Amino acid sequence: MATLTLRDLRKNYGPMEVIKGVSLDVADRELVVFVGPSGCGKSTLLRMIAGLEAITAGELQIDGQRVNELGPADRGLAMVFQSYALYPHMTVRQNMGFALRLARVPRAERDRKVDEAARILQLEPYLDRRPKDLSGGQRQRVAIGRAIVRQPRVFLFDEPLSNLDAALRGQMRIELSRLHEELNATMIYVTHDQVEAMTLADKIVVLQAGRVEQVGSPLDLYHRPENLFVAGFIGSPQMNMLPATVQEAGPSGLAVALASGTRIVAPVAAGSANQGDSVTLGIRPEGLRLDPDGPIGGEVRLAERLGGLTLLHVTIEDGRQVTVQIEGSDLTRPHETVRLSVNPVACHVFDQSGRAFTHLLKHSLAA
Amino acid sequence: MQDSLLQRVTTAITGWAVALLLFFPIGWMVLTSFKTEGDAVKSSLAFTPTLASYGEVLARADYLSFALNSVVVSVGGTVLALLFAIPAAYSMAFHPTARTRGTLLWMLSTKMLPPVGVLVPIYLLFRTAGLLDSRIGLVLIYALMNLPIVVWMLFTFYKEVPNDILEAGRMDGARVFSEVWHLLLPLTMPGVASTGLLSLILCWNEAFWSLNLTSAGAAPLTTFIASFSSPEGLFFAKLSAASTMAVAPILVFGWFSQRQLVRGLTFGAVK
Repeated sequence: MATLTLRDLRKNYGPMEVIKGVSLDVADRELVVFVGPSGCGKSTLLRMIAGLEAITAGELQIDGQRVNELGPADRGLAMVFQSYALYPHMTVRQNMGFALRLARVPRAERDRKVDEAARILQLEPYLDRRPKDLSGGQRQRVAIGRAIVRQPRVFLFDEPLSNLDAALRGQMRIELSRLHEELNATMIYVTHDQVEAMTLADKIVVLQAGRVEQVGSPLDLYHRPENLFVAGFIGSPQMNMLPATVQEAGPSGLAVALASGTRIVAPVAAGSANQGDSVTLGIRPEGLRLDPDGPIGGEVRLAERLGGLTLLHVTIEDGRQVTVQIEGSDLTRPHETVRLSVNPVACHVFDQSGRAFTHLLKHSLAA
Repeated sequence: MQDSLLQRVTTAITGWAVALLLFFPIGWMVLTSFKTEGDAVKSSLAFTPTLASYGEVLARADYLSFALNSVVVSVGGTVLALLFAIPAAYSMAFHPTARTRGTLLWMLSTKMLPPVGVLVPIYLLFRTAGLLDSRIGLVLIYALMNLPIVVWMLFTFYKEVPNDILEAGRMDGARVFSEVWHLLLPLTMPGVASTGLLSLILCWNEAFWSLNLTSAGAAPLTTFIASFSSPEGLFFAKLSAASTMAVAPILVFGWFSQRQLVRGLTFGAVK
């Protein structure tokens, strides 16, 4: 298998820079997910790694070897496309064996490898069909099979599940995880769906506007976001963001006041914060609890009861709306007045430039 | 929605009228070819069919050698044009540059020039190169003549192929040749076939260059027809017989390939 190193990779389309210097190390057998909103450059970055887009500046190494100048055929990578990109005029067997045929692998060996991949992906009954006679999920599996057969150094996935319906997507996600374990392969996976990123990744790279915002394990990003963008992007429902003012910086944390005057102490290092500075207080929805003695008062606007979870949308005293996530089926009704308390562990404070203040509590799950 | 009876009848009548109008000259020509020279100048439909004109035409000229020349130069010109157009259209469709559009238009614009405008230079070039009255010369000029239209047609067919499929091929290890041979050509076969057929028909019917650049050795059927419009007066029956024999092969060919032709020519529009 293989390691991958990106050194200050850049991509220009004419005068426009779309990838603005990305550096990253991908370890052997790691599953790295590039995630970000559409247009953030994640697909372009993947295509640069694949060799389908030229690299304007910087260096790309596979196993320590510079590959900038190699074409896609010579990099030894396999890619699964969002549109599957199956060869419509070939059967499933021919589709999966095409790379081996080009590499002049003898027929018997080719068939053996295709059969093996078909077994792993449960595609055996469909080997003689053409792509148009397959369902979306089956096509997706053929596209993955085409990659597996080649035993590539690195697998690249470009939003492979976004054309599937929700149920199938969940199922394929589990299958991909299983596959990663079974193949023991290095994989890079691009998605705009942060749930996919959270569930699949060993390491997530959050991209925005051609820059890396943060790299880390899923729980790292969830519990210790380095900036506002990552905090808002990772996690569903989204983190509640409330404008606040610094009141006092102490050794146990930063005391901030919400617009309504409510005082909350967040366990973060004060750093260079001064009294009176404007900051943003971020609270995960599960960090808010219904508590008759809580410091924040508000009115329930909407209750989403999902059975195992309840999401309450509450308008708090300063007029802002927050989401409260409660375990189990809570029976609080819309228009009820409630009070909320805050779990300090789930609190984050961001300065005006959006950078997070360092958390003082070490999270048990985050690295 | 079901068309009304009136609509269908009108469509049928119009269709048949257009078809008959287009076919009338050819039908008249075939009819005339079976007349005697005396009957041919009359416009009456009553005559006794005779093969005399065909006999005379075949006796006076070696039809088969002309026909063979036609086949060789048409097929040769088409194959040569495709050989250049396939890679050209590939690079224009999948690796376009800022000048691709302009190049395409420029290529097409060469078809706006009347061929006679370049007759003298071409004739002199051919004479110097020893290509006059040679099949190779005709193959060359036919290929060049059809190249713009062949590139244009292939370009539009290639444009229909999703780039992803070719990129998947590249990731699978295909280099340019494999990409074109294993993926692009099979995927656009109907288009390539109809382009080839059209080029074949254009070559077969071409008269200007063959009349001016050949005399006997490499002369195709168009020259064969022309040789029967003699200065001592027109012999309509013989001329018709010669013309019928010249167009018959391509008509039969067109008949058998019409499905392919229609499919190719409407490829993008219907799909």
